[in-house]
Amino acid sequence: MAKRSAPEVNAGSMADIAFLLLIFFLVTTTIETDSGISRKLPPEMDENQPPPPVIKERNLFTVIVNSNDELLVEDEVMELKDLRAAAIEFLDNGAENCSYCQGAKDPNSSVNPTKAVISLVNNRGTSYKRYIAVQNELVAAYNELRNRVAQQRFGESFIEMENRYNDARTSDANKEKLKPKLEEIRDLYPEKLSEAEPKKS
Amino acid sequence: MSKFNKKKSGDLPAISTASLPDIVFMLLFFFMVATVMRENTLMVKNNLPTANQIEKLDKKDLVMYIYAGEPVDRFQGTYGTSAKIQLNDKFADVSEIQDFIYQERASKREELVPFLTTALKVDGDSKMGLISDIKQELRTANALKINYVTKSGNAVENNN
Repeated sequence: MAKRSAPEVNAGSMADIAFLLLIFFLVTTTIETDSGISRKLPPEMDENQPPPPVIKERNLFTVIVNSNDELLVEDEVMELKDLRAAAIEFLDNGAENCSYCQGAKDPNSSVNPTKAVISLVNNRGTSYKRYIAVQNELVAAYNELRNRVAQQRFGESFIEMENRYNDARTSDANKEKLKPKLEEIRDLYPEKLSEAEPKKS
Repeated sequence: MSKFNKKKSGDLPAISTASLPDIVFMLLFFFMVATVMRENTLMVKNNLPTANQIEKLDKKDLVMYIYAGEPVDRFQGTYGTSAKIQLNDKFADVSEIQDFIYQERASKREELVPFLTTALKVDGDSKMGLISDIKQELRTANALKINYVTKSGNAVENNN
């Protein structure tokens, strides 16, 4: 009786399966990109330049971080977790000419978001991670307000619009449409974050 | 009876290896795509702080990296434990940053120079004194677009 071995498994479609998987991974994996907080440094001061205009005390929100990483906000000690709410309260105060603000309209706080300036003062001994955390909270305050006003006007949050604008898949026509909207919102809540040179002691 | 014997008597069929190259190629392609080449060997500790209001840094060719932090253990004997700046593959002084920026600019096409961003990869435990020195140098070199590279995560809880 002749021995008959079991029929071989057909491997012809194996390559197809492999390619299928390959394409799946190609499509789904994203190359890891660095991400972080983007900032723009002020250009170097020219000596002949006129000094910057004086900002009224009520329009200035001072955040001081000392070398022990403690926060002093508007002359009061504050925990980091309360900073965002305090910044929003200040920016959104809207005592004058601000139809979109929902703040308390406190006459001692900022006049208007376009006038409000946040000033951040560091010490040379402040740790970098605390500095980043403070920056993050202040940027978050701006983003939260922008999201709110964008949601009211365009039914879409500012961050989503910005992501869509930066997405390569968005067509140029759509980008052109988004651009004025983004600018409108940036003008409503301009990011005015000034950083002083850190103090020595 | 012979009917039943037939099945038992056969050898194990050889597993086809014809598709092995495909699998290997698949893995190869996968890793080619997913891996990020590290251009510099890190000589400083680089435990980045966390933040959640972050933007992506795409266009890798338009980014200049400046690392800073404490030297890693094997360099501490030579360079001490105070925070240092690393440019390319060597430790550098603050004053060398400007030259570094000019070199990087010279190596890029001219029309791309205005879009160059400086990414600061700084260890979370460094002091702001060093960072503001770096920032001052960048201002002098007119490299104003910067990005503090962070991990994503809750900033308030993780940075205490």
